[in-house]
Amino acid sequence: MDTELILMQLFSGVALGAILVITALGLSIIFGMLGVVNFAHGALFMVGAYAGLWVASLTGSFWWGLLVAPIMIGMFGMLIEYFLIRPLYGRSIDDPLLLTFGLSYILVEGVRIVFGSDGIPFPTPTLLTGVVDLGVGFFPIYRIFVVGVVFLVVVLLWLGLEKTKFGLIVRAGARDPTMMKVLGVDISKVWLLVFGLGVGLASLGGVLSGPMRSVNPEMGALVLAEAFVVTVIGGLGSLVGSIIAGLLVGVVISMTALFAPEMATIVMFALMAIVLLIRPQGLFGKLA
Amino acid sequence: MTSPALAVSSPVSAPKPAGFKSLMTKYRVPLSILALCLLPWLLPSKALAVNVLINGVVAVGYNLLFGYTGLLSFGHAAFVGTGAYITGIAIGQFGVPWYLAVLMGVLGGGLLAFVMGALSTRTRGIYFSMVTLALAQLVYYVALQTPSWTGGENGLRGFTVNKINLFGFDINFLDPVNKYYVLMVFAALALWLVSRILNSPFGAAIEAIRENERRARTCGYNVERTKLLSFTLSGTICALGGTMSALHLAFVPLDSLHYLSSGMIVMMTLLGGASSFFGPFIGALVFLVMEDVFSLWTSHWQIIVGTIFVLFVLFLPKGIWGTFLTKVMR
Repeated sequence: MDTELILMQLFSGVALGAILVITALGLSIIFGMLGVVNFAHGALFMVGAYAGLWVASLTGSFWWGLLVAPIMIGMFGMLIEYFLIRPLYGRSIDDPLLLTFGLSYILVEGVRIVFGSDGIPFPTPTLLTGVVDLGVGFFPIYRIFVVGVVFLVVVLLWLGLEKTKFGLIVRAGARDPTMMKVLGVDISKVWLLVFGLGVGLASLGGVLSGPMRSVNPEMGALVLAEAFVVTVIGGLGSLVGSIIAGLLVGVVISMTALFAPEMATIVMFALMAIVLLIRPQGLFGKLA
Repeated sequence: MTSPALAVSSPVSAPKPAGFKSLMTKYRVPLSILALCLLPWLLPSKALAVNVLINGVVAVGYNLLFGYTGLLSFGHAAFVGTGAYITGIAIGQFGVPWYLAVLMGVLGGGLLAFVMGALSTRTRGIYFSMVTLALAQLVYYVALQTPSWTGGENGLRGFTVNKINLFGFDINFLDPVNKYYVLMVFAALALWLVSRILNSPFGAAIEAIRENERRARTCGYNVERTKLLSFTLSGTICALGGTMSALHLAFVPLDSLHYLSSGMIVMMTLLGGASSFFGPFIGALVFLVMEDVFSLWTSHWQIIVGTIFVLFVLFLPKGIWGTFLTKVMR
């Protein structure tokens, strides 16, 4: 086994992890702010991938798909929050979870009706096809691009949360929503935007992952389980936790795929079980 | 998880009001067995009746954890599937007699529930649902990656049970009516067991944990151990449902382990009404009849079922039977 192969596999793990990071971030932001675990997150990831494909084929450009689809699906997410999740605030914490699970059924079946049940190939944009020689080996350009986009989004998100007034309100609202209301902030608008943002991140993950695999209505099921594993390992509601755990899981999956391919999907669940035994609240989570 | 307002309004051991409700509670096991005896003659097909029977057992077992202990598991398909796989493998690959295979399936599924419960009950609140889902997916991928045992993606075949020897009589198990009444014996056993558990002090303890975990802890209950026991019992009954489905279908689909199958169990339970004895069975009945009817109209019946489920969460969270009890029979 030569180092070049290991390095390439390591990098492809980072690219896989980048997708997981952005998806799990969306899940974690929604939970941190609204206290809702979005079981439709995987389905919205899938809907995002289809929306990206649809916009790209309509405009003839992958870039429009990448830009427009997350905004479109993010706005769709706001509709979900406004009409379906809002009536459930104040009820059992299980209710939004059950509702979003039912919603994922509707979304998956809806996509089957519109786009058919079979997978559709998602072409890589010509600008990003091929490989590039980085001195230590050849790396697919598209995967480098994915890592770059996710890095950019994470930095923007961090700046938005730490350096803007809106970010301040979001962080304060996650701590103590009642106090924010007392201070005259319309917290329900913040919830709306945060849910839209989280869903937008999931669908961005969907569009980005499209060219790395084909797009099919069932793709969200595995993504949801993966995003759960990442957030459980990292600590639900912790953004740093999602980033580190996402990259960790991505690298662990692809390194296992190199040495024992049949164990690749199993190993991340084993990793989660170990973390649960040692630190039930996750690596960066706080005790409830 | 803990909601003080809820705990005050519904004390755990309130005296039951007399009348319809208390009669239904007192005779819940004989009443359900009577209903089950009639079921195959009320439904359009015997196969549907067997399906209702199996999924009813699974939902009732699941509800011990969801409805009565207040823990929303998204991993119970793992126990149903494991029960089915063990039964199938025992019969097909080792030639074990059917009743031993059923016992092995139930015990195997129960053991898995104990292990998964030990891990997942360490977590609190919303984590629990995510962890059970993820652990169940682990079981799914293990089954996918060991095709020499499980048949992998194609599912497990080759263990048809043609006849069942009971007290010296050979019963033709391919006849749907015989099949229904043999499996009904198991269902009756499961219903009696759940009813017995709910009437025991342990039954009161799990409801106390559901209503107010902190208070139950203060009262001296070992919350972790009680949750784990409830999880294990619930998983064991689901495994019984799994072995029943293996005997019925002579086939175990890989999808029976997927978390979407877990979600189906959750949907049935909520549709009928969690935290009521009859609710889950009624939910399984309604869900499967809906599937039967809608799938005749369209192959996309899941969109209708999904919509109905969302509407139930929004407007009738107590389910059909729970709403009937609170709105009509108060």
